[in-house]
Amino acid sequence: MAFEGLTQKLQETFRKLRGKGKLTEKDVKEAMREVKLALLEADVNYKVVKDFVNSVTERAIGQEVMESLTPGQHVIKIVHEELVNLMGAKESKINISPKPPTVIMLVGLQGAGKTTMAAKLALHFKRNNKHPLLVAADVYRPAAIKQLQILGGQIDIPVFALGDKISPIDIAKASIEYAKKNARDIVIIDTAGRLHVDEDLMLELESIKKEVEPNEILLVVDAMTGQDAVNVAESFNQRLDITGVILTKLDGDTRGGAALSVKAITGKPIKFVGIGEKLSDLEIFYPDRMASRILGMGDILTLIEKAQQAIDEKKALEMQQKLEKQEFTLEDFLEQMQQMKKLGSLKDLIRMIPGIDVSKLNDIDFEENEREMVKIEAIIKSMTKEERRNPSIINSSRKKRIAKGSGTSIQDVNKLLNNFEQARKMIKQFSDIQKHMKKGKFKFPFFK
Amino acid sequence: MGWFEKLKESLAKTRDNLTQKVEAIFSFTTQIDEEFYEELEEALIMSDVGVKTTQHIIETLRKNIKDKKISTPDKAKEELKNIILDIMKKDKNLSIIPGFLPAVFMVVGVNGVGKTTSIGKLAYYFKNKGYKVLLAAGDTFRAAAIDQLEVWSQRVGVEIIKQSEGSDPAAVIFDAIQAAKSRKVDILICDTAGRLHNKRNLMEELRKINRVIEKEGSNFYKETLLVLDATTGQNALFQAKEFLEVSDVNGIVLTKLDGTAKGGIVIGISNELNIPVKMIGVGEGIDDLQEFDPEMFVEALFETVK
Ligand SMILES: Nc1nc2c(ncn2[C@@H]2O[C@H](COP(=O)(O)OP(=O)(O)OP(=O)(O)O)[C@@H](O)[C@H]2O)c(=O)[nH]1
Ligand SMILES: [Mg+2]
Repeated sequence: MAFEGLTQKLQETFRKLRGKGKLTEKDVKEAMREVKLALLEADVNYKVVKDFVNSVTERAIGQEVMESLTPGQHVIKIVHEELVNLMGAKESKINISPKPPTVIMLVGLQGAGKTTMAAKLALHFKRNNKHPLLVAADVYRPAAIKQLQILGGQIDIPVFALGDKISPIDIAKASIEYAKKNARDIVIIDTAGRLHVDEDLMLELESIKKEVEPNEILLVVDAMTGQDAVNVAESFNQRLDITGVILTKLDGDTRGGAALSVKAITGKPIKFVGIGEKLSDLEIFYPDRMASRILGMGDILTLIEKAQQAIDEKKALEMQQKLEKQEFTLEDFLEQMQQMKKLGSLKDLIRMIPGIDVSKLNDIDFEENEREMVKIEAIIKSMTKEERRNPSIINSSRKKRIAKGSGTSIQDVNKLLNNFEQARKMIKQFSDIQKHMKKGKFKFPFFK
Repeated sequence: MGWFEKLKESLAKTRDNLTQKVEAIFSFTTQIDEEFYEELEEALIMSDVGVKTTQHIIETLRKNIKDKKISTPDKAKEELKNIILDIMKKDKNLSIIPGFLPAVFMVVGVNGVGKTTSIGKLAYYFKNKGYKVLLAAGDTFRAAAIDQLEVWSQRVGVEIIKQSEGSDPAAVIFDAIQAAKSRKVDILICDTAGRLHNKRNLMEELRKINRVIEKEGSNFYKETLLVLDATTGQNALFQAKEFLEVSDVNGIVLTKLDGTAKGGIVIGISNELNIPVKMIGVGEGIDDLQEFDPEMFVEALFETVK
C-alpha cells in the first residue's frame, strides 16, 4: 500500500504518546507534525492543512484526556472529529425548483468527468421518477456531443444537441425552451472542460449562467487533484458562485485530499461522488467516510476507539442473549449495521485490523459490498416494526410494498429474507456451541 | 517564436508559482537557518513535489551546504537547482525519437488525463519530422472515443485503424500492426481506454494487448508512454507504479501544464521511478506539445520573476 510508510510513522508517534498521563504541548505538536504530513500526502492543500493543524493543536492542548483513552488515542479522536467537521456535518441534496424545469449546470477542468457525470445524474433522476433532459454544450472537444448522445441512448434519456457550430450559450438557452415544450422537468447541461484561468471560456460560463439561471451549478472535481484544487475551486466559485461540488473517480486509490481543500476554500457542499465508469456508479457524499479516507490511518486504535463509542457492552450482551433465544430480529440487524457504519467504510475497517495483508484487499470488491449494505438498510427501513420483528408475516403483497418503498426489487427483498433466515440458523448453532465453551465476547455475527 | 520561448512561455505558470515562492524565501531570508529550510519545504510541497521527494531534496541540500561550505542563500539556490536537475536527468533517455523503425507507441493512463489528445498532437509532431504515422483506435470502451481519435487523424492527416465500439482492443491492435507492416508505416501510435490503475481486470487487458504487440510486432521498436495530468497530486506516482507492473513504461507525457498546476510532480516521478518525462502538453491545440528539456525546465523554474 502506498501509504504504509507514513502510517507506520504515525503509529510510532502515537505509540510514543501512549501511556503518558496527559498531553503536553510538545507531545501534541510532535503528533501534529505527523498528521500534517499524512494530510499532505493525501493532497490536502498546504494552507488548509496548516489551518487544520493549528485548530486541532489548540483544542488538544486545552483538553483533559478522556479517562478510557491514552493521550495518543485522544489526539486521533480530535483529529478525526475536526476532519468530519471540516467536510461538512451532514449530506446535501440537489435543489429542485418548484417551477420546472430545474436547471443543473456542470462545470470543471478538462478530463474531470463532466460528461459521464451528466449521464449519471440523469439516470439518478430518472430513477426518482423525474424526466431529465441532457444538453450537449461542449462544442470544443472532438466527439464530446456524440459521447453524450451515446450515453443518453444507453439510459434512454433525450439529448438536446445543436451540433458544434452553435455557441454553447445559445444551445443552453434553446434547451430550456425545448424542455418546457416537451415536459422535461430537469435540464442537465454538460459544458466543455476549461481551465479556470481561460478568460474567454470563463466568460462563456458566466453568460450561460446569466441566460439560463441554473438552480445548481456543480463543480466537477477529479478526486486525484493535487494542491491546485484550491486555485481551481476558488476561481470557479468566484466567477460562478457554484452551489456544490461533485467528486469523481473515487473508485481509484487516491486518498482524495482535494475534497477537503475544495470544501474548505469554497464552503460549498459536496453533493455526489462518482465511483466507477458505469452510469449507475453514483453515490451521495458521506463526510465521515471521506474524513477517514483522507486521514488514512490504518491504526487499530481508531477502530477500538470508535468501536467503543459505537457498541457499548451492555447492548452486546443483550444481543447475545437474544441470539441464544433466537430473538434476533431484522430490527436488531439494522441497528447493528448502523453501528458498523459509524465505524467507517468496510475497507477502512478491515485495513485497521493488524496483520492484515493490505495487498490482498485489492481483490475484494468493497464498493459492491457497501452498495449491498445500503440496499439491505433501505429494505429493512421500508418494513413496519412488526415485519422486522417477525419476518414470517411478509407475504407477497408486503414484499411488493417493501421493494417499492426501498427502491429495490422483490428479488432483493427475497434475498435478504433468505440470507437473514440462514444467518439466524447459523448463529443459533454457533451460540449453542459457544454456550458449551467459556463465554467469549460478542463479536459482529454478520461480519464475515 | 522559437520553441524555447514557447516552452518558457508555457512553463510561465509553473515557474511563477514555484519560483515566486522560492524567490520570496531566498530574498527574505538572509541566512540559511531552520526557518529557511522549512519554508523551502513548504514551497516544494505546495508545488505537488510530494513529502517524500521534498524531504529527499531538503536533506540533500542540507548535506551539500555543509559539505561544500555554502553560506549564502544565493549559492544555496544554485545548489537546489542542481539537485533537482540531477534527479530529472540521471540515467534517463529523454528523447521520444524511436531508436529504429518501424516503431509502435502504446499510450496508456487513467481516465481523462489527455491520452487521445496527446496522440493527436504526437502524430502531428512525428509527421512534421517526416515520419509516416498510423493511429490505432484501441479505446473501444468509452463512448465516442473512436470518433474522437478519428477527428484527430483527419486534423493531422494520417490514417487510422478502427473497429466498432465494444470490440476487443487487442484485435484492433493486431489489425493495426498488420496494417502498419503492409503500408510501410514508420510509427504506429495506439490509443487505449482510460483505466484506473487499481482495476485488476483492466490492467490485465493491457497485458494482453502488450502480448499481441510482442508477438505480431516483434521487429518493431516499442515504446510505452504513460500520460499523466499535471493537475494530479500524489496519486500520479501510484499510477506510474501500477502501469509499470503491466507494461514497460519508458516515457511520460505530462499534460495540462498550461493551467496553474505547478507540475512539481515530475520531480517526484523522476526521483522515485526513474521514468523520464519526454513530452509536455501545454494546451488543446495541435501543436501544444513540447519536448521536455530538464535543463530548460529547472532553469525556467528558478529564473527570477521580473
Ligand atoms: N488545457 C489542456 N487540456 C488538455 C491537454 N491535454 C488534453 N486536454 C484536454 O483534456 C480533456 C481530456 O482529454 P482526452 O484526450 O480526451 O483524455 P483521455 O485520456 O483520452 O480520456 P479518456 O479516453 O476518456 O480516458 C480534453 O478536453 C482535452 O482537450 C493539455 O495539455 N492542456
Ligand atoms: Mg481517450
